[in-house]
Amino acid sequence: MHRPETGAAAAFLLTYLFFAIFTADAGFVSVNGTAGWLNLASELGIIAIPVGLLMISGEFDLSIGSTVGAASMIVAIGTNQFGLPIWPMIFLALVAGMLIGLCNGLAVVKTNLPSFIVTLATNFIVIGATMGFSRLIANVTSSSIIVSDSSKFVFAARWGQANISIAWWILAALLGFWVLSRTVFGNWIYATGGNLQAARGAGVPVERVKIVLFIATGFAAAFVGILQGIQWNSGNSTYGMGYVFQAPIVVVIGGILLTGGYGSVLGVVIGTALFGVISTGIFYTGWNTDWIQLFLGALLGAAVLANNYVRRLALTSR
Amino acid sequence: MSNPLMELINVSKSFGSTDALKNVSMEVQPGKILCLLGDNGAGKSTLIKILSGYHPPSNGTVRLEGADTVFSGPREARQRGIATVHQDVGSIPLMSIGRNFFLGAEPTTGNWPFRRIDTSKANEIAVQQMERFGITRVKDGNQLVGTMSGGERQVLAIGRAMYFGAKVLILDEPTSALGVKEAAFVLKMMRIARENGAGIVFITHNARHAMAVGDSFCVLIQGEVAAQFKRGEKTREEVLNLMAGGEDMAALEDDLEQVD
Repeated sequence: MHRPETGAAAAFLLTYLFFAIFTADAGFVSVNGTAGWLNLASELGIIAIPVGLLMISGEFDLSIGSTVGAASMIVAIGTNQFGLPIWPMIFLALVAGMLIGLCNGLAVVKTNLPSFIVTLATNFIVIGATMGFSRLIANVTSSSIIVSDSSKFVFAARWGQANISIAWWILAALLGFWVLSRTVFGNWIYATGGNLQAARGAGVPVERVKIVLFIATGFAAAFVGILQGIQWNSGNSTYGMGYVFQAPIVVVIGGILLTGGYGSVLGVVIGTALFGVISTGIFYTGWNTDWIQLFLGALLGAAVLANNYVRRLALTSR
Repeated sequence: MSNPLMELINVSKSFGSTDALKNVSMEVQPGKILCLLGDNGAGKSTLIKILSGYHPPSNGTVRLEGADTVFSGPREARQRGIATVHQDVGSIPLMSIGRNFFLGAEPTTGNWPFRRIDTSKANEIAVQQMERFGITRVKDGNQLVGTMSGGERQVLAIGRAMYFGAKVLILDEPTSALGVKEAAFVLKMMRIARENGAGIVFITHNARHAMAVGDSFCVLIQGEVAAQFKRGEKTREEVLNLMAGGEDMAALEDDLEQVD
């Protein structure tokens, strides 16, 4: 019980069993059914991991949504309007994502304003700029992408129903796990969110920690934007807006404290998987998909309460 | 008497038109505990900030091991062996003992990109250091710091400073938030640190705690040194009276009784 992901793991198991039993004939547990919810979870999951680390360090990022759309539009306009090869545009989109992260990080660190409000502003600025410039350059807010075979493979390869995004998600999770729980930087992430003054007092460069995590979040968001753009052969400014709240939701469901300082990458992965199971499981029941929101809301409420409880448990003497 | 580790010579500090410290002189000796006593607002915190490099003095000299010194900031002071342990900050409750102990100076193993924190080494040393200062209840370095008592956390913080080679240990009210038993524990730990040759500045407003471990005493009143004396030169009543600003504590107590 002394682990941050305990609650999420239990909820995942229960939900999974629920859908497995109630939709036994519909193929939810089949290979294709599994690929279905993994596909859905993986794209959100790639973003949720750095968002989780950022939240452990005590900060929030709502600008991920518009960064996804912006990255897809950079690739779309570059390849379609200007006829440029796709790989440099992919590189440019990733740099743009990191730049957005850098701006968020600098703004939060320099102003000491809550990152919630700073990145909410960035979210609107970025989507507004993406739409404005897209219209200015190409008079569109969405545009098709001219892909190459290599980029198609890296970002959109499919094996049966399973997208390559699942592999990227696993990679992101392993990397996140390694950084957070094994490296010195991971120790600093926990310390920065756990007690900012104490961390600073111990010589941890707390500002740098936060800025690096904001950059990582921007990078991940841009990566998913490219991934979705290439998968669907088009860029759209509004891609990813759903992630603005989905990412923090799955992070909190995964057992990360909103106040920072506590949580695990495994928890985030389980929280994201739970999101995938609910979102696709509903289809198999034949119920209206409107219920997804209700499910998620209830789960989030329960998770916040459970996290509080787990945190108290963790602090009781053995 | 050996050479002082750290000296303040006629140090003053003013913020705008307010004089927080006026002509304060004191010495921190190795292997001795200097108690800094004073009521709230007597200038204790300003003095701590000068000792630990947060503020340069407006006037006067800070000497570290005989050489005039102006710290560029707390980081430099820390690097030169001046460790400050504050009343509550300094530990992170939701992190393990091993990770807290080595925060900012984590031992690593392996080569990049597989370089990682040497958790077993960190835990082992942390538990060992806690034991050295008398905490035997803690056996597992993975235990979260939040599960330890206030006294144990103080011990962790002091043990950490000692382990990283602190020569001057500034303890800001280390006992004031603690119960009697816990406070006794921390006081005992200060004696162990003293035997290891550290020069300790013990800031407190508890005269009893000060008298229990102090080698020399310095009473601050409104930014000025009201009295400086050695162990055994004054009784507890005299010290209490000094801290109260020269007013007779007995008289104050009489006033209180009348209020009742």
